[in-house]
Amino acid sequence: MYANKFGRLMFGLYSRNTAAVCGVVQAQRAGGRSGFSWTAVSRQWTLWLRRSTSLESQHHTVPCHMSARSASHSTVDPDEVRRFQLLASKWWDERGEFAALHAMNDLRVPFIRDNLLNEHRLGHPGKPLAGLRILDVGCGGGLLTEPLGRLGADVLGIDPVGDSIGTAQVHTAFDPDLRQRVSYRACTLEDLSEDEEHGGGRYDAVVASEVVEHLADLETFASCCGHVLKPGGSLFITTLNKTNLSYALAIVAAEQLLRIVPSGTHDWEKFISPVDLERLLESNGFSVQSVQGMLYNPVSGAWSWTNSTAINYALHAVKAREDPHTEQAQESTADTHS
Amino acid sequence: MHKLSRATLFLNGLGRCLIAEKYVSAIKITSRGFVCAEHRDESGKNEVYDVIISGGGLVGSAMACSLGMDPNLEGKKILLLEAGNKKVMDKVPDTYSTRVSSISPGSASFLTGIGAWDHITQMRCKPYKKMQVWDACSDALITFDKDNLEDEMAYIVENDIAVAALTKQLDSLSDNVQVQYRSKVVKYAWPMPHQAADSIPWVKVTLASGETVQTKLLIGADGPNSMVRRALGIPTVKWNYDQSAVVAVLNLSEPTENNVAWQRFLPTGPIAMLPLSDTESSLVWSTSHRLAEELLELDEESFVDAINSAFWSNENQSELIETAGSLFRSALSVLMPSAGSPRQLPPSVAGISPKSRVMFPLGIGHASEYIRHRVALIGDAAHRVHPLAGQGANLGFGDVACLTKLLSQAAFDGKDLGAIQHLLEYETERQRKNLPMMAAIDLMKRLYSTNAAPVVLLRTFGLQAANMIPTLKEQIMSFASK
Repeated sequence: MYANKFGRLMFGLYSRNTAAVCGVVQAQRAGGRSGFSWTAVSRQWTLWLRRSTSLESQHHTVPCHMSARSASHSTVDPDEVRRFQLLASKWWDERGEFAALHAMNDLRVPFIRDNLLNEHRLGHPGKPLAGLRILDVGCGGGLLTEPLGRLGADVLGIDPVGDSIGTAQVHTAFDPDLRQRVSYRACTLEDLSEDEEHGGGRYDAVVASEVVEHLADLETFASCCGHVLKPGGSLFITTLNKTNLSYALAIVAAEQLLRIVPSGTHDWEKFISPVDLERLLESNGFSVQSVQGMLYNPVSGAWSWTNSTAINYALHAVKAREDPHTEQAQESTADTHS
Repeated sequence: MHKLSRATLFLNGLGRCLIAEKYVSAIKITSRGFVCAEHRDESGKNEVYDVIISGGGLVGSAMACSLGMDPNLEGKKILLLEAGNKKVMDKVPDTYSTRVSSISPGSASFLTGIGAWDHITQMRCKPYKKMQVWDACSDALITFDKDNLEDEMAYIVENDIAVAALTKQLDSLSDNVQVQYRSKVVKYAWPMPHQAADSIPWVKVTLASGETVQTKLLIGADGPNSMVRRALGIPTVKWNYDQSAVVAVLNLSEPTENNVAWQRFLPTGPIAMLPLSDTESSLVWSTSHRLAEELLELDEESFVDAINSAFWSNENQSELIETAGSLFRSALSVLMPSAGSPRQLPPSVAGISPKSRVMFPLGIGHASEYIRHRVALIGDAAHRVHPLAGQGANLGFGDVACLTKLLSQAAFDGKDLGAIQHLLEYETERQRKNLPMMAAIDLMKRLYSTNAAPVVLLRTFGLQAANMIPTLKEQIMSFASK
């Protein structure tokens, strides 16, 4: 009982505090995939990580304790549910604000599926990705999380925006098939990789689709991805290139003229070219397998693959397996020293 | 703006972050709540299926088999609802059934793919190698055959046999497809197009037993008077031909190879004789309601006479058209000496099988939409054609093959099977195929239901020309045999 009250009190406080942030965010109409400014969020988290390392352990024990208690009571605030459902109708409207993201599934789901099928020899025709554990970073309303779950993978979707996570959970809850395999957490990637229970070296694949162009600190992002992945695990990224063309199309055309995405969604300064992204990933122990350009046709509302990575592109990188050679080398040097 | 947000973030110190964590746990609580609520639902027999097929006739059973056999749909929960009893056939009945379908090679290979064709050939079916269509008002005729009678042009299969074969195949797929016989649907409840507050996003089906089931995709295969279509309020473009079909099983006067399907256009409507065995054929005689009733009243001997004279008589022919037709034909044969084929005469009928004579009214109908949110219509529920070209079952199997292909791809791409995107593709692809076929059949029907001289002359020339031009004939045949 007290735990519930406490939780709700905290919840109220938090939402009041976020009101200020949200106001700013809405003014910017920041969003895209997450409907939220990742800059602010990531800044907040980096700040927090720096200041509060000592409190780490405490944080993780408290929520676990609370959720265990509350599950038996199962007090769902109907207002909350209604709010999530309103948001869900926005997220899940195939022809609405997120239409382009819905349509992108036609490319990104097969891209992830086929590359994973190449890496792992899996033999379940109805559930081609069964047995794999995937982390969907910046999952938003679960637009990509659900299809991956339907393919049989165990998927965890994370997003720092609590409303998006709530929306995703409401939507997934109706599907008995997905409920077993798809789960969500309102947290950041940094947060998750610190969490020993759910983070370090657990995932066969990390998916960050239309996320990295909203991030402030890509270096931390890459190292966190490396941390949560199993050796040999795959990282899938789709994002926007930093070219004049992408400026003209993604900002001027898509946001200001055609309004395919809400204006303020993207900040061109944060876009990253495939070459830079590749360099960054290679320096964090990844080897990039493929980079492919994607093209959106605003008339038909469909995506297609293209050779040019000038605007949108998808990237697949694999985390290096623990190299037996270096270990042996270290051992041999150790031997000589002794 | 940015500075402001950063300032707020700065001011709120460690405590805020702690609260954020609490907020995360609050979300967890909500999610569990939903899960709990859902579990409670399930105990009340509210199972959620991936696909429910309503109607276990020829097309509905084929749909169930086809989905059950698809590797990409393995593990999906599929349910077939049939109001009637299970139709098992331990042994092939001695008498032939009057309701038959012409199965094109395309449909036959589709049925082979879903494992039902073997059962059909083990039971009973009759291939034919040639089809002759001719006019009662002139000597014009067109024959269709495949590479000098080597390949089958199509098969005549009794509907009962086909359903029994599909039922047998469904029995072997019991791991993948559940079938509920004698389950009548009393109500469908449709979901909102977009997720709305407190509503279930699936189609809810209430059965007469009181049981309710839910499905992500409902496939309506419930025939020309489709309840699914009516409950959705999808309008149909339809008209009655003011015609009825009289069907019967005919006994031939002497055993023949019997590998030709015969069809003659009488001014009152087309009459067709379709081979069933060496000594038996199936009659489909489309005519006015009045004449059909008269035919049904006739004693057996007069009925047989009526059939024979319908195929043989020249009473509707006029001399003018005869002369014009033969002139045109000889002109064509000068241009293309080897083309065309000689006229053959159908076998004469000696009698009919007892109690096989029945009639039913004919109509045509086309649903303006084949799909809605989480619903698709297939077979006669979407389109009903005149039986004159024997295309009804083939169009239905075409729907099944197309929908299976799209659902299989959707499943492999991790999509929601009820999503509108691939259903729209189904509608576009099938309407593109079904509408021209329906229009062609209807045009043929109209063209041949008159004996006005200009029209007769036109169709005589048309038919003769078509008969002479092999490429055109091939086009027609490939159009009809897909």
